[in-house]
Amino acid sequence: MPKSARRQQIEKAALYPLDWLEERSGLIGGVKYFLFRKVPGDTNWFHTLGSATLTAFLVQLITGVILAMYYKPDPDKAYESIQHITNDVTLGWLLRGMHRWGASVFIILMFFHMARVFLFGAYKYPRELNWIVGVLLLITGMFEGFTGYLLPWDQTSYWATVVGININGTAPILGPWISNVLRGGAEIGPETLARFYSIHMLVLPGAIMGLIGLHLYLVIRLGVSSPPWSKEAAGVEWIEDEPEPGPARQGLVQPGPRGTGSA
Amino acid sequence: MEPGQDPHKPELPRPTVWPIGFAIGVACLLVGLVVRSWPAVGIGGAIAVVFGFLWVRDLTAGARHEPEAAPAPAEAQPPAAPGEPARFPRSKLLEASTLGLGAVIGGVVTVPPLFVALIPPFLKQSRDEVDLGPVEAYPEGEFVVTTFLERPEHGEVSRRTAFVRYNGLLEGEPSFTIISNRCVHLGCPTQPNGPLFDERQETVKTKNGQQVTLIPSQPAGFGCPCHGGAYDTEGNRTAGPPVRAMDRYEFAIRNGRLLLGDAYSVSQVDGAGANAKIHKYKIADPGNHVDGWEQIFYPIQPQP
Repeated sequence: MPKSARRQQIEKAALYPLDWLEERSGLIGGVKYFLFRKVPGDTNWFHTLGSATLTAFLVQLITGVILAMYYKPDPDKAYESIQHITNDVTLGWLLRGMHRWGASVFIILMFFHMARVFLFGAYKYPRELNWIVGVLLLITGMFEGFTGYLLPWDQTSYWATVVGININGTAPILGPWISNVLRGGAEIGPETLARFYSIHMLVLPGAIMGLIGLHLYLVIRLGVSSPPWSKEAAGVEWIEDEPEPGPARQGLVQPGPRGTGSA
Repeated sequence: MEPGQDPHKPELPRPTVWPIGFAIGVACLLVGLVVRSWPAVGIGGAIAVVFGFLWVRDLTAGARHEPEAAPAPAEAQPPAAPGEPARFPRSKLLEASTLGLGAVIGGVVTVPPLFVALIPPFLKQSRDEVDLGPVEAYPEGEFVVTTFLERPEHGEVSRRTAFVRYNGLLEGEPSFTIISNRCVHLGCPTQPNGPLFDERQETVKTKNGQQVTLIPSQPAGFGCPCHGGAYDTEGNRTAGPPVRAMDRYEFAIRNGRLLLGDAYSVSQVDGAGANAKIHKYKIADPGNHVDGWEQIFYPIQPQP
């Protein structure tokens, strides 16, 4: 049924902002390219662990931003401000709980994702660099946990950080220097809490966001790998409208469309 | 691309300089308002109105008249070599100067902040001597668990505990053993292994208004709850993971009051009490060897 002129007019008006954006940025096409890219037909639930980790990180990001509105990184006020968040702020207990438990969820999901990539052999050529980026993400994520643990400023967090910094301090040659930089001096003092806070909420999240961008770029560029039991022979069938790989990308594992895999 | 070639291309207005005058007028008006100069407000407003009118007139010119003919094409560019775009010395110079300037600017804005973050932790953070109260508050031969603020200006975070024992006179001078309670494994607080006499607890007021808490104790040694490090009453390691003897504090006695000096590290203590021979080293982080072959791992301690 041909669309009426009025309907066409309405559609055109509704789509105008999107067309405007697309003409000036190409963003719509980019998002489509990202969301509707081809993946192997036999991916399974294990392939969602990376997205789950990303979601956990986004939860940390959002809850952390809101916690930062109430938290005071001052040795005399930090503990009280945490009590204030937990007991007085509307739903503050939920927010703090999400950030606190979400931190563990983030780390655990990272390890599950890592195990999936390892057991599926998805770290092999040409995805070695993405494994390396993932390891850097794991390290920055663990360091987020270390710096965040001090912020409640109670006895547990204080002494755990004393021990943690001194473990760093026993590294050969550079250890004492590393622990001095972490403490902001020879002893844990008023500077240490602000230093950890700054690292926890500015330095490391920035590094993690950059590394996640690189991680996703490589995932999109290289495609998702098939599971090891896949019937689709990786790298044999090429999507028809895809150009042949250049010499630098020969042997790249590229998924075929569903059902065309050569058995 | 030449204008008018693509029918989907929106028609763009010609470049115009009128907004600059408009902006100057608005700025003049606002400055006039801030400094309460009515002539400046008037002049700025007049400039803004005039240039705004000219700008609007220019913008709507296309609607009122037919668009002017396309300007003459620019001078022909020198032909580029096929395949490779031509490179001129000037373009190489521009590229190098852009990268070089970028590097210089990047260095200027990143290196000083890095120094601010990294250098202060290694500077000498001197503190005043801590008054631990009158010498008579420390009975001879008995340990006193002494709790004090090491740097009152830093507040509670600088609260420290030391095990203080008066050893009697040595060559006519009072002798004290002052052991830091921090375990030299990883810095947890050690506890006296023995009775604490809470009922004999004393609080001493110092001249700068601080309070020092004294609790007598009769330990058989010191133990760390974290990982099981154990020490004898001279601070020598007897069991567990610590790598050296417990740190100690220097002390001085002035006007009959015990003053706490800088901390130092100890590899081991021979003998006991006033006649103990203390193998003294510069203060080191917990877990760092100060003697033996393992000290090659910690050649320089950053503390000045």
